[in-house]
Amino acid sequence: MSAATQERSTEEAVLPRPAWGRHLIVLAVLTVLLIPLPLILPPATQAVAVRVLIFAIMAVGWNIMSGFGGMFSFGHAAYFGLGAYTSVWLLVNHGVSPWIGMVAGMVVAALFGVVVGFLALRYRLKGAYFALSTFAFAEMLRLLAINSDFVNRAVGYNVPLRREFSLAFMQFAPGAPEYFWIALFLTVVAIAVSILFLRSKLGRFTIAVRDDEEAAAAVGVPVMRTKILTIALSAAITSVAGAFYTQYYFFIDPEGAFGPSVSIQAILPAVIGGVGTIWGPAIGALVLGPLNDITATLLRNPPEALSFLQGRAGLDVIVYALLLILIVLLLPQGVYGAIRERVRRR
Amino acid sequence: MSRPEGSGPPDAGTASVEELGDSTAESPSSAPSTTRRRPTWALPAIAVGVVAAAVLLAYLRSGSTEVVGQAVVTGILVGGVYGLVAMGLTLIFGVLDIVNFAHGAFLTVALYITVIIVNRFGVYPMFALVVAVPVMFLLGAAIQRFVLAGAIGKPLENQLLITLGLALLIDNLLLLFFGPNPQSVKLPGDTAVPILGAVTTVSRLLAFGVALVLAALLYVLLRRTRLGTAIRAVAANDSGAQLVGIDTRRIYMTTFAIGTACAGAAGVLVAPLVTIEPTTGELFNIIAFVVVVLGGMGNVVGALVGGVLIGLTEQLGALLLPGQSPLLSIFLVFILVLLFRPQGLFGRTS
Amino acid sequence: MSLLSVEHVSRSFRGLKAVDDVSFTVEEGHIQGIIGPNGAGKTTLFNLVAGAIRPDTGTVHLDGRDITGFAPHRVSRAGMSRTFQLMRPFGSVSVLENVAVAAMAAGTSRHDADRLAADVVERVGISKWRDAQSSSLPTAGLKRLELARALACRPRVLLLDEVLAGLVPSERTPVMELLEALRREDGVTLVFVEHIMTAVMRLSDSVLVLDQGRVLTSGSPQEVTSDPRVIEAYLGEEPTDAAS
Repeated sequence: MSAATQERSTEEAVLPRPAWGRHLIVLAVLTVLLIPLPLILPPATQAVAVRVLIFAIMAVGWNIMSGFGGMFSFGHAAYFGLGAYTSVWLLVNHGVSPWIGMVAGMVVAALFGVVVGFLALRYRLKGAYFALSTFAFAEMLRLLAINSDFVNRAVGYNVPLRREFSLAFMQFAPGAPEYFWIALFLTVVAIAVSILFLRSKLGRFTIAVRDDEEAAAAVGVPVMRTKILTIALSAAITSVAGAFYTQYYFFIDPEGAFGPSVSIQAILPAVIGGVGTIWGPAIGALVLGPLNDITATLLRNPPEALSFLQGRAGLDVIVYALLLILIVLLLPQGVYGAIRERVRRR
Repeated sequence: MSRPEGSGPPDAGTASVEELGDSTAESPSSAPSTTRRRPTWALPAIAVGVVAAAVLLAYLRSGSTEVVGQAVVTGILVGGVYGLVAMGLTLIFGVLDIVNFAHGAFLTVALYITVIIVNRFGVYPMFALVVAVPVMFLLGAAIQRFVLAGAIGKPLENQLLITLGLALLIDNLLLLFFGPNPQSVKLPGDTAVPILGAVTTVSRLLAFGVALVLAALLYVLLRRTRLGTAIRAVAANDSGAQLVGIDTRRIYMTTFAIGTACAGAAGVLVAPLVTIEPTTGELFNIIAFVVVVLGGMGNVVGALVGGVLIGLTEQLGALLLPGQSPLLSIFLVFILVLLFRPQGLFGRTS
Repeated sequence: MSLLSVEHVSRSFRGLKAVDDVSFTVEEGHIQGIIGPNGAGKTTLFNLVAGAIRPDTGTVHLDGRDITGFAPHRVSRAGMSRTFQLMRPFGSVSVLENVAVAAMAAGTSRHDADRLAADVVERVGISKWRDAQSSSLPTAGLKRLELARALACRPRVLLLDEVLAGLVPSERTPVMELLEALRREDGVTLVFVEHIMTAVMRLSDSVLVLDQGRVLTSGSPQEVTSDPRVIEAYLGEEPTDAAS
């Protein structure tokens, strides 16, 4: 290796050999470090932590098809919502455990993703058209849900309260650490899946297709199949967030399941942290989660100078939006992406 | 990288495979081939045919010519305003290649401007145009110059994200300052007006009329003025336009401003017709996108025609699918167009 | 039976015939050159054979198997690889990964792909850039990367689209030597479209001349280059290769 290093001209950027093992170890260490967190944090902060994890799962899922796959999705709420509604419908109507419901939700979301992907890709929608069509699909689901008795119309569903707390039905005392641990478990699995995905044939094909679809086809990569499988995986992961969200907040309705704000929540963390990186979505979620809380507090008890903000809504989204714009303009690779680039070039 | 192959018959190997339309055997029937020649009247004929079929179905569903007639008239009137909004959006896309997710938010700004002017100063709503259009023009110019210009040449996703961010920002700033409570603007003397066997209101007629006038003005601007020619040149080929001395950055700014002004004008026109909330513009945003795709992205005339067609879809759709949101029929059309004719009825031209 | 057999292929665009009733065969282990003046339809023919476009009429057979209209990835799996004239690396990943992806797509397991890729990278002579990000390579390196990727698919037939274009003469010779070695040592059959006459003369066993979409003539390099019709077809052309 060293002889080759000397021959190489200084211009060519050298990529480190992918270190999947290292990423997985970091993940394991982080997990161990985070487990005792709910026992240390006050309940209010715990709620923020859970929100961060939910964002992280959504964003990790989004990142798979949009970051690694290059297929920008503006309608990821479709999968979140399908996960939410599938699990809650099974629970309310058939008493099925939300764990099973979660798996069922993943299947439904993946299937929907396959359909959307197949339709969009078969007709070669790209770029803005593709993003618009994903948005349209999510909106259609929202409208259908609002107008459909099958899923309680705009009223949505309440998760029925149980007499005893149970792991099988994912219900615990309010503010119990179990919620955090479950969310942590799901997030860790999601990130591990994304690491393993990149290491797999499918992941490597996906990146090749993203970089140059025609060249990938020319060397034998089955482009359509690769894209559709990637979308399905992306959908399945995001749907998990929807199912858990419903259990944690005990409620879901069409707006909260399929609304555009949900789609944006799936996009933002990845953009802030770094689209197309492993750790970007999680880092972005870490930034976004507390922001929500800070702005809510600001609105409840604003300092003297900003007293007109008292009790008004909208500040949190304003902060999100400003952050989004600034990051895209100034730091398009996101926080993690930028740091990674710096380290690489040193 | 010099390529030895010069001009000559269209040598498909160098074009992207997507452009050819007829290609790989991934699926049993391939997408429409560009080699098949269709007579130019075919598409408008198909569109007219589809509309006629929809009208017929609506009649069968509702059983009354009056109801259907009403739907058609309202659809066309509403469609005119949709067309105006969409013209601004499609112009922006044609010239700057930006899908402007913030377009609806700009419309909402104009709505609130109208609210302030009418409720504070008691002015006839249409006169708000005098204030709103220049204000929106300047706002659009400023935003393009200071925010969007940073994303030129960057990947598409960056622009999409920025305009998405702008949309959220504007909507929520309005929410913050005006609160969520719905407001309204009344047009004094807004009576029912019988027209072509149906009934409509003065405000709707005015909105349609003024929208058409503005659309015509825009068309004249694009076709007959130097600025318009420069805009069309940049839309067709911006590096070529630079070579002939056009200041493309100024054109980008001006075009975005014009597009935003269109949204602003449409906002003033619909102010008496809708409940005014911070999210009102989002509905128009979605509809404008569908219209633009239907008419052909970048095609200004297509946007107007598409607007009318979508207006009809909305009204007839309400008859054909009662109980469902009229948006559903619009989305169905959207998906169908994306699937079968993504270049829109008229294809891309400026 | 010929390894590659192209029969009566035609293709039009908007009424204009880019390729008109072209046929040729290539025996195993042979090197077939395709030349012609600008606009003769070489690249269209190339794309027809490679599966990037569908012929309007005619067939393409590879080792007796009808591959007409196969999608590019199926053509690749059937044993025919191609390079691109305008280099198309997977820019965000390393040279090794570029080649490894091609190997995996051809059926190599994930386990073996990296090793096989390293071997191919070595063979093609770009080991020094093995871990470099492919988008940062100079033209000569990218050209070889194209070659390496195509070779990683273990093709029976290799289609080369102006593989020497954009290279200075000193860069061309090693590539030509590499191509000869590939045929000699690995038994790869080559079909290449080329403008640079020295390469055509040196490498080809047989040359097909296209003009205005049709076959003008075909034969050995000597026969073809002394044919007055070929010279006339090229008359008025800007010389693309001053040195001979």
